Amino acid sequence: MQAKKRYLTLFSAGACLILVFCFGGIQVPLARGPGRRDDRGVAGHRPGARWRHFPGSLQPFRRWEQDWSDDPDEHASPRGNRDANSGLYGGKRCRMDSCFNFTLCEKNGFKVYVYPQQKGEKMSESYQNILSSIEGSMFYTPDPGQACLFVLSLDTLDRDQLSPQYVHNLKAKVQSLHQWNGGRNHIIFNLYSGTWPDYTEDLGLDIGLAMLAKASISTENFRPGFDVSIPLFSKEHPRTGGERGYLKHNTIPPYRKYVLVFKGKRYLTGIGSDTRNALYHVHNSEDVVLLTTCKHGKDWQKHKDARCDRDNAEYDKYDYREMLYNSTFCLVPRGRRLGSFRFLEALQAACVPVMLSNGWELPFSEIIDWNTAAVIGDERLLLQVIPSTVRSIHQDKILSLRHQTQFLWEAYFNSVEKIVLTTLEIIQDRVLRHTSRSNLMWNSLPGGLFTLPQYSTYLGDFPFYYAKLGVKPYTKFTAIVHVVSPLVSQSQPVMKLLVAVAKSQYCAQVIVVWNCDKPLPAKHRWPVTSVPVIVIEGENKVISSRFLPYDTIPTDAVLSLDEDTVLSTTEVDFAFTVWLSFPDRIVGYPARSHFWDGSKERWGYTSKWTNDYSMVLTGAAIYHKYYHYLYTTYLPASLKSMVDQMSNCEDILMNFLVSSVSKLPPIKVTQKKQYKETMMGQSSRASRWADPDHFAQRQTCMNKFASWFGTMPLVHSQMRLDPVLFKDQVSILRKKYRDIERL
Amino acid sequence: MYASGKYSSRGPALIPRMKTKHRIYYITLFSVVLLGLIATGMFQFWPHSIESAADWTLDKRSVHDAPLVRLSVSSLIPERGDLSCRMHTCFDVYRCGYNPKNRIKVYIYPLQKFVDELGVPISSTGLSREYNDLLSAISDSDFYTDDVTRACLFIPSIDVLNQNSLRIRETAQALAMLPRWDKGMNHLLFNMLPGGPPDYNTALDVPRDRVLLAGGGFSTWTYRQGYDVSIPVYSPLSADVELPERQPGPRRYFILSSQTAIHREYRAELERLKEENGEALLLLDKCSNLSQGAASARKRCFKGQIYDYPQILQESSFCVVLRGARLGQAALSDVLQAGCVPVILADSYILPFSEVLDWKRASVVIPEEKLSEMYTILKSIPHRQVEEMQRQAHWFWEAYFSSMKAIGLTTLQIINDRIYPYAARTYEQWNNPPVVKWSSVNSPLFLPLIPPRAPGFTAVVLTYDRVESLFRVITEISKVPSLAKLLVVWNNQNKSPPEESLWPKIGVPLKVVRTKENKLSNRFFPYDEIETEAVLAIDDDIIMLTSDELQFGYEVWREFPDRLVGYPGRLHLWDHEMGKWKYESEWTNEVSMVLTGAAFYHKYFSYVYTYKMPLDIKNWEYTHMNCEDIAMNFLVANITGKAPIKVTPRKKFKCPECTAIDGLSLDQTHMVERSECINKFASVFGTMPLKVVEHRADPVLYKDDFPEKLKSFPNIGSL
Repeated sequence: MQAKKRYLTLFSAGACLILVFCFGGIQVPLARGPGRRDDRGVAGHRPGARWRHFPGSLQPFRRWEQDWSDDPDEHASPRGNRDANSGLYGGKRCRMDSCFNFTLCEKNGFKVYVYPQQKGEKMSESYQNILSSIEGSMFYTPDPGQACLFVLSLDTLDRDQLSPQYVHNLKAKVQSLHQWNGGRNHIIFNLYSGTWPDYTEDLGLDIGLAMLAKASISTENFRPGFDVSIPLFSKEHPRTGGERGYLKHNTIPPYRKYVLVFKGKRYLTGIGSDTRNALYHVHNSEDVVLLTTCKHGKDWQKHKDARCDRDNAEYDKYDYREMLYNSTFCLVPRGRRLGSFRFLEALQAACVPVMLSNGWELPFSEIIDWNTAAVIGDERLLLQVIPSTVRSIHQDKILSLRHQTQFLWEAYFNSVEKIVLTTLEIIQDRVLRHTSRSNLMWNSLPGGLFTLPQYSTYLGDFPFYYAKLGVKPYTKFTAIVHVVSPLVSQSQPVMKLLVAVAKSQYCAQVIVVWNCDKPLPAKHRWPVTSVPVIVIEGENKVISSRFLPYDTIPTDAVLSLDEDTVLSTTEVDFAFTVWLSFPDRIVGYPARSHFWDGSKERWGYTSKWTNDYSMVLTGAAIYHKYYHYLYTTYLPASLKSMVDQMSNCEDILMNFLVSSVSKLPPIKVTQKKQYKETMMGQSSRASRWADPDHFAQRQTCMNKFASWFGTMPLVHSQMRLDPVLFKDQVSILRKKYRDIERL
Repeated sequence: MYASGKYSSRGPALIPRMKTKHRIYYITLFSVVLLGLIATGMFQFWPHSIESAADWTLDKRSVHDAPLVRLSVSSLIPERGDLSCRMHTCFDVYRCGYNPKNRIKVYIYPLQKFVDELGVPISSTGLSREYNDLLSAISDSDFYTDDVTRACLFIPSIDVLNQNSLRIRETAQALAMLPRWDKGMNHLLFNMLPGGPPDYNTALDVPRDRVLLAGGGFSTWTYRQGYDVSIPVYSPLSADVELPERQPGPRRYFILSSQTAIHREYRAELERLKEENGEALLLLDKCSNLSQGAASARKRCFKGQIYDYPQILQESSFCVVLRGARLGQAALSDVLQAGCVPVILADSYILPFSEVLDWKRASVVIPEEKLSEMYTILKSIPHRQVEEMQRQAHWFWEAYFSSMKAIGLTTLQIINDRIYPYAARTYEQWNNPPVVKWSSVNSPLFLPLIPPRAPGFTAVVLTYDRVESLFRVITEISKVPSLAKLLVVWNNQNKSPPEESLWPKIGVPLKVVRTKENKLSNRFFPYDEIETEAVLAIDDDIIMLTSDELQFGYEVWREFPDRLVGYPGRLHLWDHEMGKWKYESEWTNEVSMVLTGAAFYHKYFSYVYTYKMPLDIKNWEYTHMNCEDIAMNFLVANITGKAPIKVTPRKKFKCPECTAIDGLSLDQTHMVERSECINKFASVFGTMPLKVVEHRADPVLYKDDFPEKLKSFPNIGSL
C-alpha cells in the first residue's frame, strides 16, 4: 500500500509538473509577445517572422515617365562605346569583344596559322603533337594573310622554371614575332606554369592580348569566353586515334567493389596540401580507399610526419589500376596545381570523378556540362559531405554519369588531336557567334566535333537528336544516282532503276549526278516519272561529287545508287522504313566485311559471302544527308583526292566516316538474290569489279583510312533485317513486301 | 499537444499492473491531467491565432510604419564588390552544410525603413511592388526559413531593384547595418536596373562587399561567372496583359523592332534595313501624338498608324532587342511572352540565366556591328528551327520570366544547384518545354556499346509445377554456347522443387530460387544470382527454340542491348470503331511487342520493372495473372523510345495446330483481355510508348543459297 501511495504521489506530482510546464509554456511567449515587437526594431529581426505580402498600393520599381525620359541620345554613341571597350579592357580583363579582331576571320573564315619552326629551337613531343594536329586539321592555312588565329612554334607548354623542358628567353622571342601585334588573335598553349613553392599561374612571359589554352587554370585567372581551359595530359597521350573508354559492361546493380578511391602523393606542407592531408579521415580501407604516400622528392624524410610510415605501408598494399577499374567513384583532389592526371585517368576508366579542387576552371567548362559526368565537391566539405554524398547517388544516376564519362572521353579527350580540335572549335563557335553549337550538340552523342553548325543550327537537321527532341525525320528520301556511262538505250539498267525508285511512295526527288565524259543528254531522254528528276553535272567529274551536300536535296534521307544497281520499288520502300528506325546509320543492300590479317599485319577487305559484315556499299544504301556534308567538309583533302584519283573506295570511306560517328555497324536489309549476279554481268561496272587492281586498291584504301582515323572504326554485325513475314509459309497476299521474295 | 500524445501512449502500459480500484483512481486522475493538457493546447492555439491576426492588420499598415533606422554619417560603408569573388572564396558553404533534401535555406530580413540623420529615406520609392512580390514568393517557397541561425542565404528587405531610386552611399551603409551582414557573406541582392547616367555601369553601383548579386544587365566585365546570377529585367506588362496562345508558325512580318529608346545611330541603320527589305520589316516607335504615361506604353506607331503593344509582337517571326543605355531590356521579356524569337544585339551582355538556359535554342545573338546584315543572317535560319525557337522562347518566358516569383525562384534554384551540384537540375529539366519532356526519351544506357560476347547470358526459367517440361527446357538451353548460368524461379509455394539429384546434369551452374508469392512478375525480379547483363526470360514449356535460334538471339541482343529481343512478335492497333487500342497476334507485317515467353533483355530493365513500374500496372498484372510481358514492352519502349527486335521467323510458341483444339472462344477471350491490358497501360503511362516497325532480324545468310554448313546459324527454326 505504501508503495502504491508513493507511486500515486509521484504520479500526481509528475502530472502537475507537466501541467505547469504546459501552461507556463504558453505563458512565456504570451508575455513576451508585445515586447518582442519592440525589439524587432532594434535587433532588426524577429524569430518566427515570415515575410508577409504587403497589400495595397506600392509603387512599381520603375515608372514609365522615367523610361520615356531615358533619352536615347543621352548616352554615348554605341559605336564609340565599342571602341572604348577595346582600349579599356585588356590584359587580365580581356574578352573577345575587346581583345580579339573579328575582321580577320571574316574574309577567309576561321583559319589558323602556325609560325614556322626555327632551327635549333627545342620543342617537346607534346607541343609537336599539338602543332601537327593543327596542321592536319581543316582549319590550317600556311598563309598568315588568311589567318584569323595564330599559334606559336615556341614551346610554351612547360613554364616551370625547374623543368628541363623550360624554354628560356621566351619573352624576347615572342615579342620579335612578325605578326605578334601585342598578342592579338594569338593562342598560347600551356600545361604547367609556376613552380615550387607557390605555383603561381604566371607564364614568365607577357601574353598581352593573346588567349590562353591552359591546363589547371583557376577561375580567378580565367577570362571567361576568352581563355580555354584544357585538360592536363601526359607525354604519352597519343597524337591521334586514341584509346576507347574502358566501359564494356553495365552491371546491375552498378556498384563496383569500391565506392571511392584515390592513390597519390601527399605534400605534407605548402600549397594544395590541406586536402590530401585530410584524406585519411575518410579512408576506411573497405569501400573507401584513399591512399597517400609521402615518398616523393629527394628529401621527403625531412618533412615526414607521424602518419607517413603508416600511410606509406598502406599505400603499397593496393594496385592503382585495380582500384581504378573496380571503383564507382574516383577522387580527383587538387595537386600542387589545380588539375591532375587523375582526372583523365578516371574519365577513361568510367570511374566517376569526384572533384575536390576549389577554383579550378574545369576542362572545356565553356561547353561541357560537368554535372552530367562528375561529382563536383567542395574541398571545404570533404569530411562532412563527400562520403555521404557519393553513397546517396542513385543507381540510375551512376549509370548515366558513367556513360557520360565515356562519351566525353572519346569525344574530346582521348588524343591530343581531339583536345586541340575541341579548343579550336570552341574558339570558332565564338567567332561565328550565331552559327555556333548549342549546349546539346556539345553534351550529347556524337559530340561537337562531329556536329558542324555550319551545316545547320537546327538540331532536327542532324540524324542524332530525334529521340532527344521527340521529333521524327522527314518521311521522304531523295535518290542520288551516280552515272558514269552514256545513255544509249531506254532499256539500260539505269533507266529501269530510275523508274523503280521514282515509283516508291517515299521518293521526293531524283538527282542524277552526271559524271560521264559525254555531254548531258537531252531532257526527253530521261524516263518520265511522277517525281522531279534533276540532272547535275558532277563537279570535275570526280567520284566524290556523288557525296556533295547538294542544296537540291530537300529531304533528310538520301538513297545513294550506282547506275547499274538493280532494285525494285518494294525493296526501296522496305529499306526506307528500316532507315526511319536507324537514321544515324547506313541502311542498304550489298555488304562487305573487314578483318585483321595477322600474317601481313594489316587490315583485310573481303567481298565474300560471310556470316557477318561491317560495311554496306553506297551503290544502294540509304543514309542521312548530313553524312554528305561531313564527307565533304570533315574528311581531309588527302583522302578525298586519293579516292577521286582511283575512282574507287568512296563507299569504304563513307562507311568509315559513318561508323566513326555512330560507333555502330551499318544495317543490311534483305534483297533479291540476283543483285550480285546482275552486277557482275553488267558492262560498265563489270570491268571495274573484275579488275584485279580494283580489289587490291580497296585493300590499300582500308589501311590508309584506318591510319588517318587512328583506329579502325568499323564494327561487325551478324544480322540482316528482313520484312516480318519474309519467306514465311503463309499466303503471299498477307505480305506487304512480296516482291522481295520473288526471284 | 505533443506532450499529451506521448503521455497517453505510455499510460496503458502501467495500468494492467494495478488493482481495479486503484485503476479507476488513476484513470480519473489521468483523465484530469489529459483534460488539462487539452485545455492547455486550446489556450495555446487560440491566443496564437489572435496574435497573428493582430499582426497581420498591423503589417498591413506597416509598409509605412516599418521600424525606422537612422543612419549616422559616419556609419560603416562596405567595400565595393570584389571582382574576384567566387563561390569557394566569398561564400560560406558551411552554413548550408549537408542536407538530405539538398535545398538551401533562405532567410529574409524583416522590413525596416532606413533614413539618414536628417530623416531623408535612402530610397525614393521604398519597397516596390515587384520586390514585395519577390520576397513574398520566396517566403512562400520551400527555400524559406524564419530561423536566422539555420539560414544559408540572406536576403535583405532593402529594395535595390532600380538604382535610379537609390542614394548609393546611404544604401550601402544600411546594408552594412544588417545584423548578419558579415562582409556581405551569403547575402543576395536583386537588382534589375543597374548604373545611371551618363555612363550606365552594368552592375549595381552600391558598395556591397561580397554580396552575391542577381543583376539584370551584366556585361562580361562585371559578371562574376559562377558567382553572380544574371536575371531578366521584369516587364510590368507581363502582369497586365494576357496574350492569346499562338502556335509556332509563319508570321505576317519577318522582323519587328518595337523598342522606343533606340540610339539614333541604330535607328538610322534599322531604317536603312527597312528600305532594303520593305514589308518584311516593321519599324515601330513611340507615338508622338499620345500623352505620356502608362497608357502610351501600350501603343506603338509607324507613320501615324497605331499598333497595340505588346500584341503586335505576336505578328512577327523575329523581334529586335537592341541594347539601350543599359544592356538588359524589359522588351526581351515582352518579346519572349509573344513567342517572337528575340534577335539580341547587345555586345558583351550576359543573357538572363545563361548559366542554365541554352539561349541558342531560343534566340539569335548578333553582334551590334552586324546589325546591317541582320536580314541575311535571319533568312539563313531554317523554318523548322524558327518554329522551335518560337516555342522555346515562349516556354522560357512562361517558366522563368513571367513573374517576379518565377525570376526569384529560378535565381535561388541556380544558387542551390551550385551548392549541391550532384543534385542539380539537368539541362533537359531546365530547357525542355513540357511537350518535349513528354515525347523525348532519356535512357541512362545511352552509349552505343556492344558488350563482349564472353560473359554470356543468364537464363531465368519461371516454373510452377511442370517438372518434366522444365527439365526438357533446361536440357535444351544448356546446349546454347553462350549460356552462363541457369536460374529456375520456383513459383509454387505449396510444393518443393525436386531433389537435387533429379535435376538434369548440365555444364553451367544451375540455381533454384523459391518465391514467396505466385506472381508472374517474379520472372523479372533482378535476382542477385544474375551476374550477367543479359537475361533470357524463358517459360518452362518453350522447348521448340533451337540452340542456334537462342544463340543468334543473344548475338542480336548484343547489338541492341537496350532493347527487348524476342521471338514471336505482337502488335497493337488503334481500333477506330471502338476508339481504343487493340491487341493483334500473328501474321501481321508489323511488330511493336515481343513475347517474353522467350526474350533477351538487359538486367537493368528487371530492376526498373521491379522498383519503378507504376503500382497501378503491377496490381493489374497481379490480379489478372496476365500481361506482364506487355507491361515489360511498355516499360522498355517508354525508357528508350525504341521498338523491340523480333528475331527469326518464329510466330508462336505453341504448335500451330494446338490453338485449333483449344477452341476459338478461348483464344478470343485471351485477345480481349490482352487488348484491355494495352488500354489500361496506355492510360497509366499517359501516352502510347510502343513503336511499330516492319522488320525482324535474321542471320545474314538466312535462306540464302549457300552451303548450310558454312552458315553460323544454320538451324533457325520454322514458325
